[in-house]
Amino acid sequence: MSSFPYLTVLTVAPLVGAAGIAFLPKDKPELAKRAAFGWSLLILALTVGLWLQFKPTGERFQFRESYTWIPQWGAKFTFAVDGIALVMIALIALLVPLVVLASWHDADKSKRSVPAYFALLLALEATMIGVFAAQDVFLFYVFFEVMLVPMYFLIGSYGGHQKQYAAVKFFLYSLVGGLFMLAAVVGLWVLGGHTFDWPTLLSADFGVNAERWLFLGFFLAFAIKAPFFPFHTWLPDAGGAAQAGSAALLVGVMDKVGTFGILRYCLPLFPNASKHFAWLGLTLALVGIVYGALVAIGQQDLKRLVSYTSIAHFGFIGIGIFAFTTQAGTGAVLYMVNHGLATGLLFLVVGMLVSRRGSALVSDFGGAGKLVPVLAGVFFIAGLASLALPGTSPFVSEFLVLIGTFTVNKTVAVIATAGIILAAGYVLWMIQRTTQGTTNPKLLEIKAMSRDLSLREAAVVTPLIALILVLGFYPKPVIDVINPAIKATMSDMHVTDPKATAGTVEAGK
Amino acid sequence: MNDKLQLPNLDYAALSPMLILFGVACIGVLVEGFVPRRIRHGVQLSLSLLGLVAALVMVIRQGSKDDVVTAQTAVAIDGPGLFLSAAIIVLGIVSLLLIGERSLETGGAFVAQAAVTANTDADRDQAARTTGATEVFPLTMFALAGMLLFCTANDLLVMFVALEVFSLPLYLLCALARRRRLLSQEAALKYFLLGSFASAFFLFGIALIYGYAGQVDFKAIDTAIQNSANDDILLYVGLAMLAIGLLFKAAAVPFHVWTPDVYQGAPTPVTALMAACTKVAAFGGLLRLVYVGFHRTEWELQQVLGTVAVITMLVGAILAVTQTDIKRLLAYSSIANAGYLLLGVLSVSERGLSSSMFYLVAYGFTVLAAFAVVTLVRDADGEATHLSRWAGLGRRSPLYASLFTFILLAFAGLPLTSGFTAKFGIFAAAIDAGQTWLVIAGVVSSAILAFPYLRVVVMMWLSEPGETTPAVSIPGAMTAAALVIGTVATLVLGVAPSVLIEATEHAGIFVSK
Repeated sequence: MSSFPYLTVLTVAPLVGAAGIAFLPKDKPELAKRAAFGWSLLILALTVGLWLQFKPTGERFQFRESYTWIPQWGAKFTFAVDGIALVMIALIALLVPLVVLASWHDADKSKRSVPAYFALLLALEATMIGVFAAQDVFLFYVFFEVMLVPMYFLIGSYGGHQKQYAAVKFFLYSLVGGLFMLAAVVGLWVLGGHTFDWPTLLSADFGVNAERWLFLGFFLAFAIKAPFFPFHTWLPDAGGAAQAGSAALLVGVMDKVGTFGILRYCLPLFPNASKHFAWLGLTLALVGIVYGALVAIGQQDLKRLVSYTSIAHFGFIGIGIFAFTTQAGTGAVLYMVNHGLATGLLFLVVGMLVSRRGSALVSDFGGAGKLVPVLAGVFFIAGLASLALPGTSPFVSEFLVLIGTFTVNKTVAVIATAGIILAAGYVLWMIQRTTQGTTNPKLLEIKAMSRDLSLREAAVVTPLIALILVLGFYPKPVIDVINPAIKATMSDMHVTDPKATAGTVEAGK
Repeated sequence: MNDKLQLPNLDYAALSPMLILFGVACIGVLVEGFVPRRIRHGVQLSLSLLGLVAALVMVIRQGSKDDVVTAQTAVAIDGPGLFLSAAIIVLGIVSLLLIGERSLETGGAFVAQAAVTANTDADRDQAARTTGATEVFPLTMFALAGMLLFCTANDLLVMFVALEVFSLPLYLLCALARRRRLLSQEAALKYFLLGSFASAFFLFGIALIYGYAGQVDFKAIDTAIQNSANDDILLYVGLAMLAIGLLFKAAAVPFHVWTPDVYQGAPTPVTALMAACTKVAAFGGLLRLVYVGFHRTEWELQQVLGTVAVITMLVGAILAVTQTDIKRLLAYSSIANAGYLLLGVLSVSERGLSSSMFYLVAYGFTVLAAFAVVTLVRDADGEATHLSRWAGLGRRSPLYASLFTFILLAFAGLPLTSGFTAKFGIFAAAIDAGQTWLVIAGVVSSAILAFPYLRVVVMMWLSEPGETTPAVSIPGAMTAAALVIGTVATLVLGVAPSVLIEATEHAGIFVSK
């Protein structure tokens, strides 16, 4: 393995870029955009290097680096990635350049500084990579909280309708969750023997009651972040108010920190409490699937609609995690990646529609497909990916989650399957009301609505569509990376998968 | 018995920091009488700064020596005492930079003649033209010297004397605002009256404890608690009264009612001095009292002080939400912070002591930077402290708004600021000591408290500037220095806190002789 400090560089480099771009003169927005795009491509190239060097069959945690930070507390700058963290970092590195490209003109209309917008995007990338790369609980907490600041300003300064309300709500919800996690982190530190080192804490024994409280502290923060029902109400507001690019990052990546956190921290560190509270996770996830889908059907605002669909998708990820089988767990992580691709694409395409129309209301569209056929086609593909049509990558993950859950908990799997039908409902109805049918006469008056997909926009959507299709047919490279990490997590929890023979025996009766 | 009064031995080297400060304060009084008015400000300022630096040097020199208990058992120069002294001196230097600033307003933030009736022609005339009083410098030096003595006092009587020495100048300083004189005078009177009550309680508490223990020094009280045959009621009532006196200074609920009015009415540099240095002194005294004298009553203390801590955190946070004036908001935030500090006091452990000291320093720097910004946001009528006036400040002066945002995030306890590391230390100490419920209350109050801070951020960045958004004045060199020191310290203690943690742990524990 090379000794190149990939993870440190990946965390610091976007920050350096952000600092550089922040100091560019305000009257040269074009320079800032190009710099941000180039810099994020560089990060992507580096991440590709990281991916190629990662050995799926090797150790669980690779690229480990550790530097002293606060010796008195045992806090260290420890970075290391397993397969789960690796795919998430890859997703970030892929999405950020596309978001930069898609947000090319987003900041122009606001009266705010354009370089600052792109600097904030890069700062967000740094903190998000850091949160997935950290292997020190203290360091993880630091990134988990700091991540809020750039996103707060992205929503609050550059967002649309009700941006202040949405930004403050987003910040406060996350902060409240984070503070409860802080109490749990301190408790973990005290009971775990004054260390933040994840591998060391893995073998710590906290006692039944303490373990449950610690689990709840972490779980609350992650459930707000993910978000699970009933802590979800900030997401539609934030997703609706943010620019499409920031919303894609918010829902596509940042929220995954919640589900990632449950997989990395709740399950292995508190295995018994996780089993004890599995019903809670499963229930919240199931309610999220049905509730998110039903509310999505009733939404009038496209961005809010997509936000609600995400709540339903997070429900699927949730049951995949709390089913405690390798299949479901792998499916959940794969879902995290695919959801990032599919919903990221959906948000970006919605953003393209909204910026043309000047409104996100479904009723302001209608028959748009005749005016912008290619864009409407892309919108359709994004929608199909979002409802997990076979052949698109989300199908693979949803299927894995469902069969993995079915082997251990049939009721949950059956109820969750109903979510697929509802998903078809909200996606198809949304497509129908916006792009099909008779053309809304008001659309004809708007010049922008006659411009179809531009070259820049095509460059944004093509890689995403390609990946969705490729991973839909050939998910093996990603699954190979995820699977060992999930297996290790399951063995940390001392759970074994039910034998496949159980099914055949039953069938033979 | 020997009739002759034995003079106690004094370790002059150990006492030199406070002796220097008292000496400088006395020279300052003479300067007022003999130096021409024209150059008085410069002379006083340099004299005070020099005195503080000299005192700091002496503290550091003493730091390498063993713990000393001198003047019989009256003063204990030990590790924590020296650390707190150094903290008071350093924060005092930064406050003094704010106090000495004269370029923001003609003649500085202080009135020339406090005795002129407010709102008369003479008053308006002196507000507009006359240079401010330079008495503030000796007053500040007396206050700082008193605080040093307060943190190192090893018996209750010396503690009481020190309490008065640092309180009386503060009462006066509060009344010296150049603008809004009535508010300032009201603040001073309120502070004085309530402060006198608190002192009276403290004195009464000393009498009761003396009745119980027959001694006033902490070690003897500790011994008495173990084997005294006297009624424990005396002890508990006495302790409660001592606590009232100290919690008043520390601004803990329900003894906090003076805080918002005084913070608002006092000249902002003086508010900064109180928020930073007085807090260190008050908690320094409280820590020594609890750790050396009364740690064996831990169980009773934890019941009562624990309740006080919880309501202090919650009341401070909840009332901060409703504030519309930045100085009052910071006052309530200071109350809530007193609650967090009480967690450290209540841990009664080495970790509790070191994390409390860390918190005091971290909070002191941040609050000084915050008030430095407050002095800068002003219009023709002086400082514009109403929050609605801060709307859109981020657009008018992005640099200062960014700095203030950073400071507010530090108050909210976001990582990479000293606010987070300080809070983490306190919470860790409290959970270590088994006080989990206090930490839960602390977490809840932090969550509530985030809202008012965030509201100011929203005001500054996300609102459009109005007609009345004041311009931010270009700071003079001294305010700029104070602001930079405060902000840099907030950042450094957040990113690399290990140096200061090392110092607080090196300070060890209170000497008990």
